[in-house]
Amino acid sequence: MSSRVLWEEDLHSGSHWSGVIRRGTTLRMTDVDGGANVGALFYNHEDRLERYNMADTLKAQHTAYLTKGLVCYSDMGRILCSITEDTCGWHDTLCGVSNAALVADKYGSTRFQEQRNGYYKNGYDSFLNELGKYGLGKRDMVPNVNFFSKVTVGHEGQMYFRPGGSKAGNHVDLRFEMHTLVVLHSCQHPLDPEPAYHPRYVRLLAMATGAAPAKEDACRERCPENERGFRNTEMLYAS
Amino acid sequence: MSDLAQLDEATADMPALDEIVSAGEPWMGVVRKGQRFRIVDLEGNQAVDTLFYSAATMEERYSAADTIRAQGNLYLTTGTRLLSNEGNTMLQIIADTCGRHDTLGGACSAESNTVRYAIEKRHMHSCRDNFLLALARADCGLGKRDLSSNINFFMNVPVTPGGQLTFADGISAAGRYVEMRAEMDVIVLISNCPQLNNPCNGYNPTPVRLMVWDPLEAASS
Repeated sequence: MSSRVLWEEDLHSGSHWSGVIRRGTTLRMTDVDGGANVGALFYNHEDRLERYNMADTLKAQHTAYLTKGLVCYSDMGRILCSITEDTCGWHDTLCGVSNAALVADKYGSTRFQEQRNGYYKNGYDSFLNELGKYGLGKRDMVPNVNFFSKVTVGHEGQMYFRPGGSKAGNHVDLRFEMHTLVVLHSCQHPLDPEPAYHPRYVRLLAMATGAAPAKEDACRERCPENERGFRNTEMLYAS
Repeated sequence: MSDLAQLDEATADMPALDEIVSAGEPWMGVVRKGQRFRIVDLEGNQAVDTLFYSAATMEERYSAADTIRAQGNLYLTTGTRLLSNEGNTMLQIIADTCGRHDTLGGACSAESNTVRYAIEKRHMHSCRDNFLLALARADCGLGKRDLSSNINFFMNVPVTPGGQLTFADGISAAGRYVEMRAEMDVIVLISNCPQLNNPCNGYNPTPVRLMVWDPLEAASS
């Protein structure tokens, strides 16, 4: 993959971030120390009513988790981004975010006044914080992706968080197929059994790679559903 | 037993609401705190796509992710607390003769039909069209923004330990029902799924029956 680095920035542990990433840009997220969790939501930058849809993503590809070769669908039958590389292997789509009550219950209560910027963050408030910058709010929050976290499901539906799902240096590449508002937080996964508050930081690297090629693309050719999803996406940008 | 007592006994179980929702139709209504709300799968394996909003604060709504995470289980059944995005219990499932309900599979739409089945399926009626039209007709200030992940009552969407998601044949049957008790006043938005391309309803959408009962103390007073 030929690519030119556009920018690089660290997503601090237990923090939140947002930005517009354009069609044809690939975002590499690297779990530098291992054990990270990155909650992610995606919106069509030109129409934020169009957003990542967990159910459509899973149904189209007959999967309950994300990894290389899979794509993230919007609720309008289009592909927001493709996972073109993944050294981790499993990203959770089911469990949503922690909230203030859950974090206080698990790790204790903290305040800025005593802890300064070390106060305990939660996924829900982190998303609300970033969404508010675009006039978005609770109504725009939908089930998110939890990159670097692995949760499996037993035969009777029991959900198991699998510690060690991501090792130091694991990375995942998201090739954006649409101009996308990306909203991230680096708070711990809501089912993370680690008793201590210990979020990890993640390195963000943006590269100019181009959008999906018309042929010989693993994401496009994974299934007929994805071929139609790319067709729908390319209709939007046809000119 | 006096005539009045007999009358009381006869009417004690009279539902405050008893409606049939035809195949493929939307339904919107209010269930008050303490009321019991039953959905009956009249002919079997019908998917009933359902969203809940707090009647007091409609920004508070059903959250699939919070619900399954809090109970540590993907499937909804008796005992499941249907949680809001604020972590409050909206309703609790108190009876379930089906055994398992889905909250991962979402609702069908014209656009998702183009992806899942064929571009030519775009014209077919869908749950999200039902939701959008019901919300527009209600003129309640809600719209597409408010369509988050829903419940699919009576639908069977198993996830394997290896992470595969499948649409399995239904496990429901004619007459099976699920019953909830509302823990707050809720607005119920239903699409009685019109999907014709999926085996989950046997390619044959059918009507369902909705019933609401007042709390016993209120019914007898």
